Amino acid sequence: MRRLGARRERGWAAAILGALALLALLPLAVQRDDVLNFVFVTLLSITLAQSWNIVAGYAGQVNLGHAAFFGLGALTARTLWIGGAPLAAALAAGALVATAFALLIGVAAFRLRGAYFAIGTLALGEILRTTVSNVLPEISTLPTAAIATYRLSQRYYLALALAALSVVTVALLSASRLGLGMQALREDEEAAEAAGVGALRLKLTALALSTALAGLAGGLFAYYHISYYPSHAFSPAWTFDALLMTFIGGVGTLHGPVLGAILYVFLKEYLALRWVDFHLLIFGALFVVIVLLLPGGLVQAAARARRLLAR
Amino acid sequence: MSVLAQQLLLGLLIGGLYGLAAAGLSLVFGVLKVLNVAHGELIMLGGYGTFWLVTLLGLDPFASLALVLPLALAGGLALYWALFGFVVRADEETRVKNSLLIGFGLALALHALAVRLWTADERAVVTPYGGAVLGVGGLSIPLVRLLSLALAFALIAALHLLLRHWRWGKAIRATAEDWQAALLAGIDVRRAYLLAFAIGTGLAGAAGTLVSIGYSISPSIGLEWTLKALIVVVLAGLGSMLGTFVSGLFLGVAEAASAAAFGGPYREVAGLVIFVLVLVLRPRGLFGR
Repeated sequence: MRRLGARRERGWAAAILGALALLALLPLAVQRDDVLNFVFVTLLSITLAQSWNIVAGYAGQVNLGHAAFFGLGALTARTLWIGGAPLAAALAAGALVATAFALLIGVAAFRLRGAYFAIGTLALGEILRTTVSNVLPEISTLPTAAIATYRLSQRYYLALALAALSVVTVALLSASRLGLGMQALREDEEAAEAAGVGALRLKLTALALSTALAGLAGGLFAYYHISYYPSHAFSPAWTFDALLMTFIGGVGTLHGPVLGAILYVFLKEYLALRWVDFHLLIFGALFVVIVLLLPGGLVQAAARARRLLAR
Repeated sequence: MSVLAQQLLLGLLIGGLYGLAAAGLSLVFGVLKVLNVAHGELIMLGGYGTFWLVTLLGLDPFASLALVLPLALAGGLALYWALFGFVVRADEETRVKNSLLIGFGLALALHALAVRLWTADERAVVTPYGGAVLGVGGLSIPLVRLLSLALAFALIAALHLLLRHWRWGKAIRATAEDWQAALLAGIDVRRAYLLAFAIGTGLAGAAGTLVSIGYSISPSIGLEWTLKALIVVVLAGLGSMLGTFVSGLFLGVAEAASAAAFGGPYREVAGLVIFVLVLVLRPRGLFGR
């Protein structure tokens, strides 16, 4: 059973990476910016959802302060990049700062369990957001030289690379000893500890991986936008988006967050044409139904449907 | 000096509402072990209830409480039957996690609905006596806010007495203490859950009314009030309604003090820092058992 699951995960990883490889050809075939922007947002969402999935889906720690790490990555990368640092270095620094902050607060936050961990991280995220919006109230705009050389395709390929990186990370993790330990932790912390799983070390590892990816996604966001308020990258909406996409797709699976992100972005863009924020009413309600009736999300629904058809 | 005293006084006045907002959340969390993060959205809806009653029917905002409170109680019953009643069937750890997620989805949906119904604008209820001020020794006390504080205290005191002397109040407390023992003693635990949830929602509605009178409401105040209520609940611990009220007052004053010391925008940060510190250092809270 376990092996079968692992084989299926590998199949999904190959399918998703294949699809991403095909998307690399898209800018050659389609010159329209709106299409590329749409795919960009989807790719960014996949990375964000997948990063949240590592700590919440695999290690079972519902982190409601995820936006803080996205925001720290964005802030660090933007500041360094505008200051003249090479892009790769700026992105890496963003990921590093996000991870360092995560490890710093993780030691304290992981003393809290369950709901207390969730609301504790929510509060930490809000502390950071309020502070950033007070210290940096001005809008951040790229220098004119950078705007003149702005190429959407560069952003697009970076988004593609990060989405692939997030999928590969989760695929490797889910098959590894480390990932199995995290899942044991998620199912029953006491039992896992008794079986020799070091809970705190594993939780911190999951948080570090998760926040490094979130920091990179934040850096991508900072590289993409010509101007935005620095505090916007710290908005709790980033956490909520990641949570919705992951849960609707299927939390704790490789392909769930990817499917969830595609569906989420697609419906969000489609519904926004008629009614701003309408998608939140639908997704909020859908999310409640999923938690109550279908905790495995769309992935579980598909598995059930398959079983019914096979009968 | 008098500026500082005035700021602290205003902090004390809003602190009463923090206490009231937290009382409902604390009751629900303590009894059902369900953490409803849509509590702030329920407060927001209560505020809009008053807003509608005042603008459409011309009611006095304080009198609207007589309608909003029962309506919110009924809303609580409906929410319990539709959603949270399913959550309490699970074991405690799953209960907390699922209720958190459900509350979160509910919060998003209610927020979107409120934007649709009332637009995203900030609103406040206007009364002819809204500007009245009581002058005491160089301090000016807005009458409306003073009345709100008094009402908040009256509601909490009433809840305290209900829990202490009413038959079902005792049943609710017994269930909070140990639901299995309560069940063995012949208490209808499901009904105690239902009552506690309805009362908690009713208190949220009442808090919304008071918020809309002395302060302002908009669809996005939900998260803010949920956080305030959570801070107070964590600060007070579970099990003492009067302790919750006192902790609410304390949060109001602490916010005002930090706003005076570091500047207005940082008033939120003070509460959140207190929250994280208490969570990590004394998870039982100050008044918790």
